[in-house]
This record gives sequence, C-alpha cells and structure tokens, in this order.
Amino acid sequence: MALQAAVKGKLISVIGDEDTCVGFLLGGIGEINKNRHPNFMVVDKNTPVSEIEDCFKRFTKRDDIDIVLINQNIAELIRHVIDAHMAPVPAVLEIPSKDHPYDASKDSILRRAKGMFNPDDLSMFGAENYTT
Amino acid sequence: MSAKDRLPIFPSRGAQMLMKSRLAGAQKGHGLLKKKADALQVRFRMILSKIIETKTLMGEVMKEAAFSLAEAKFTTGDFNQVVLQNVTKAQIKIRSKKDNVAGVTLPIFESYQDGSDTYELAGLARGGQQLSKLKKNFQSAVKLLVELASLQTSFVTLDEVIKVTNRRVNAIEHVIIPRLEATLHYIISELDEVEREEFYRLKKIQDKKKIIKDKAEAEKAALKAAGADVRDIANLLDEGDEDLLF
Repeated sequence: MALQAAVKGKLISVIGDEDTCVGFLLGGIGEINKNRHPNFMVVDKNTPVSEIEDCFKRFTKRDDIDIVLINQNIAELIRHVIDAHMAPVPAVLEIPSKDHPYDASKDSILRRAKGMFNPDDLSMFGAENYTT
Repeated sequence: MSAKDRLPIFPSRGAQMLMKSRLAGAQKGHGLLKKKADALQVRFRMILSKIIETKTLMGEVMKEAAFSLAEAKFTTGDFNQVVLQNVTKAQIKIRSKKDNVAGVTLPIFESYQDGSDTYELAGLARGGQQLSKLKKNFQSAVKLLVELASLQTSFVTLDEVIKVTNRRVNAIEHVIIPRLEATLHYIISELDEVEREEFYRLKKIQDKKKIIKDKAEAEKAALKAAGADVRDIANLLDEGDEDLLF
C-alpha cells in the first residue's frame, strides 16, 4: 500500500479565492477525479464558513492529496479546524492572496514555533503584532 | 528514601548486581537519547531558519504571480470560468521520498511534471505571451510551495519527535535513574545491616561459649580441690572441635 502510494503521484489542492485558484490551475495542479470531485475550491464572499470547513476536512481526509494550499484570509475563517489538524500529511500551507498580504503571526505552523525565533527573523516579514 | 521511591525487590547480592547493571543501562540509554535529541534539535533549527527564508521568498513569488495574472487578464480578458471548467488531469504531481534523521523518517515532497498541459491552447487568440508567463510564474510558485510543504512537514514531525525524546530523557534522568540509585542504596544499607547483625551474633555466641567454658573450668577446679580425678577421658567420637550451630 505504502509502496503503491509512493509510486503514484499525489496532488496539491487549493482552497482560495477565484484568482488564486485560476492561477494555480493554470500552473497545472487541477484535477477532477472519477467521482467528479475537483481538488480545488473557489471561495467567494458568499461562501458559508461551514462549507469551507467541510471542504478542508474532505481534502485532508483524501489520501491522494499531500499538500493543501489555503489563502490566509480564508484560513483565518476556519482557524480552529486548521489548528486541530496536527498530522504531518497532508501539509497545510497558508499562502498570501492577491489582496491580503502575508502575516506570519497568524500562521498556524509559525505560531507553534512561537518563542523559537529571533525577533530579527520575524521582523523581516513584518510581524509587528507578533508577541512572544 | 521512602519505600515508594525504590523498586520492590529483596535486598540481596544478586539483586544488587541486577540493579547495578540496570543503572548502567539507564545511564547509557540516557546518554544516547540525549545525543539523539541534540541531533534532532540541530536539524530542527536548520529547518526553522529555512522555513522563515522560504516563507519570505514565497511572499514575493506569490506577489509576482498575482501580478502576472492581472496582466494576463488585462490582455486576454476574463478567462476565469474557462479555466475553472476545463480542469481534467493534474499536470504537476507530488512524489514523496523519505529522509532519515536519527531514526526519524521525514517525508520530502518533490514535484514532477506528468502529462500534457491542459491549457495548451489557452490564450491562442491573444495574450499568449502573458499567459505563458503566468503559467511559468505559477509553476515556480508551486515548486516553491512544495519545497515549503516538505519543510513544514519535517518541522511538524520533528517537533513531535523532539517532544517525545525530551520526555524520555527527562523521565530517565529524573525518575528511573534516581529510583535505581535509591534501590541500590537501600540494598547496600540492608546488606550492611545484615552483616552487622551477623557480627553481633557471632560475638554473642563467643561470649556465651566463654561463660560456659569458665563455668566448666570452675567446676573442674572445685572437683580437683575435692581430690577427684579430672583428667580428660578421651572420647573416640569426639574429634575435638565444636559443632557450629547458628
């Protein structure tokens, strides 16, 4: 099983706004499986939070997905679900979206590493509200 | 040392040897685990600094990618729906390899191209150049993100393993070794006490024997004074030494 999984290529999935999704799809990561489930989700301002949560949970449960990319502003909405996701695989990566710059102090992973940084390292991505 | 701080064991020489070897084993294990924790920590720090570096880089790459998307949209017109609807098979996929650090397997992701470009013909009418630039930008973003993902996965895994290892190191250092030492101490003190008791008893027996002997001497002397024959009558069965009875 593990060997088979290693041979078969895994997917990257995206949860993000329309532009982010389109960009990554053009980059060539999109796939629709035989059950017509896509590996991306377009979130607009009308999408309910519960739907994002469900989608995130579904992606993390799928065993053909190794990396979940999620826009940071969307990650903020379902922060509790992301914090609850402790398993190393799939890796959840928070990426900046077009109209929200990246804030390191909100990143789940970096928050877990809290207190291990030098203050100098942090200031380089402008985490002013990062308190240790 | 109260009884709960040591192992329930009968104080004997054998148990003492056993405890000694266990203590030596625990100390060896403690040293090894400490080394492992240090090795992991080194790796962990390295990954952490790399993550910070890559995250900063990611910000720039994503900015550039978003900008080229805007450029492409400007020249080609809105193609969002076309792209979203035409998804079939992934072109970039992830392969995972295993890396080993001090007995911990860390997954390393690696992206590779698989199959043809679904959007080969996108932008054929106009804006083809912008679109190919956009594709290239996003592909490099994906590459970077994959790298970041493997770093992050290693980070999470190592974090967990370091916690476990530190817990073990501390358990051995602060629970197992003191307990073994206390047991050893207890055994030694018990053995000493047994020895002292033994010594005291031997002394006591000697004293008793001396008293009996003195009494016999006195009786003999009394008999001699009364004129009786007190020469020792040789006994065939008596070989001359006392039975030792404890």
